[in-house]
Amino acid sequence: MNPRLAQKIAFAVLLLATLLVVLPVLVILLIIVGKGASAISWDFLFSMPRDGMTAGGIFPAILGTLYLVLGAIIFAVPLGVMAAVYLVEYSSDNWLSRLVKLSIVNLAGVPSVVYGLFGLGIFVTFFGFGASILSGSLTLGIMILPVIITSAREALESVPRHFRTVSLSLGASRWQTIRHSVLPHALPGILTGMILGLGRVAGETAPILFTVAAFYLPRLPQSVFDQTMALPYHLYVISTQVPGIAENVRYGTALVLLTLVLLLNLAAILIRSRFRKKKKW
Amino acid sequence: MVDQAAKFSIRAFHVHYGQLSALRGLDLEIRANEIFTVIGPANSGKTTFLHSLNRLIDLVPVSRCQGEIRLDGVDIRRGLEIEALRRKVGIVFALPLPLPISIFENVVYGLRMQGIRDPRRLNDAVERSLRESYLWEEVKDRLRTPAMNLSGGQQQRLCMARILAGQPDVLLFDEPTSGLDPISTARIEETMLILKEKYTIVLVTNNVSQAARVGDRTAFFLMGDMIEVSDTGKMFTTPADQRTSDYITGKFG
Repeated sequence: MNPRLAQKIAFAVLLLATLLVVLPVLVILLIIVGKGASAISWDFLFSMPRDGMTAGGIFPAILGTLYLVLGAIIFAVPLGVMAAVYLVEYSSDNWLSRLVKLSIVNLAGVPSVVYGLFGLGIFVTFFGFGASILSGSLTLGIMILPVIITSAREALESVPRHFRTVSLSLGASRWQTIRHSVLPHALPGILTGMILGLGRVAGETAPILFTVAAFYLPRLPQSVFDQTMALPYHLYVISTQVPGIAENVRYGTALVLLTLVLLLNLAAILIRSRFRKKKKW
Repeated sequence: MVDQAAKFSIRAFHVHYGQLSALRGLDLEIRANEIFTVIGPANSGKTTFLHSLNRLIDLVPVSRCQGEIRLDGVDIRRGLEIEALRRKVGIVFALPLPLPISIFENVVYGLRMQGIRDPRRLNDAVERSLRESYLWEEVKDRLRTPAMNLSGGQQQRLCMARILAGQPDVLLFDEPTSGLDPISTARIEETMLILKEKYTIVLVTNNVSQAARVGDRTAFFLMGDMIEVSDTGKMFTTPADQRTSDYITGKFG
């Protein structure tokens, strides 16, 4: 075959494959926005559900998801970042630290439904927190620990070695070096990992099903020991468990969830790109 | 004579990296207020020697040191906190390595780590040390701008200022001009000659003629052994060892 023609065919096939990747994203967005946009209103976002969830809004589910995201972050970020600092800055490269690193990578591969069962066994039953925001947050927090630790480790490792050498050579202690010459430069990367973790927490269904999510609650949760409604589970409930819910309410709920997650990811991308522009080494 | 007192005395000092012997049986005195230059080919142990003097060698996990190094008579491993040692014995690296913060913050980094907050003390230290490293006139109007915007030669003088701010005793230079143009190199060398009035300087260099230009005494290292040490003038006119002669005349390197 003519090499010029072969090249054209190859490029056309590659372009087609690329477009096929983009296509599902566009279709999902189009369907959800098309079918759900009409449901979005002030009332839908900020009022309680009424009439067996067929009318009114989804405010308790939005609030519940925000609570869970917040709870998981409060728990997982300090723990994950501290573990990452220890692994990168303090532990020497021996079989124990390699084992820890390997387990973290593998923890990331555990199915979320298994985390749910784990949360049910440990937090709900063993610690007696019951089905509650606390149990759900802790379970989700453990689920995103690997994401947080891994991204924090990468952020710390991308800080050039010589920053540490220079800082130590100027008479700083190891902790001062970490505190003043490593962490500040790793912060944007750590933040990016944290926000990606947030997106996962907001969208995850299986863990909260076991540990916190309520089918329907007439009032908002009052403390961390209360159950709460949450967007992903609410979407499942109104789509499969309750008859007679208008289609635009179902897709509207999906649209709210999707927007929340996409906004979080967008924030992560913005932080990262701002950091890359500022970075000078 | 006070000037001739030993700043560093090094006795039977060995360094190993794992199984590899990097420095063997070093016995040496470095006098106060001299420029002590160390020459030798790659892998001769020059940088290992320099990093031993302020214990940066400890950052290499597989390194092991034997023997002793005394600074003003005090064992640097037993008699001194490592942070205090590194404040007394500052180092300028081969590449200019400013931290990615402002010029001002680079200079006061060591002071801030000592807990000094008083703005007047910090300002005074910045002006004094930047004047000492002959950078003040060039940067006095932009102290708050990023240090990374300076030229290579300016960055290297900033790295000197940032050590001088901590009022050290000894300055270590690890091939400080290997990445600089001849004019910047000349300025660094002039600065060293002035600084030796106040400080003791140990200069490791790949550039034999640099050692001849600024050194008071010179040591020649080869494969982890110190072949000879003598007054710089003597070493470059009548070296005692054939290998020294071969190296400085460029027969190998």
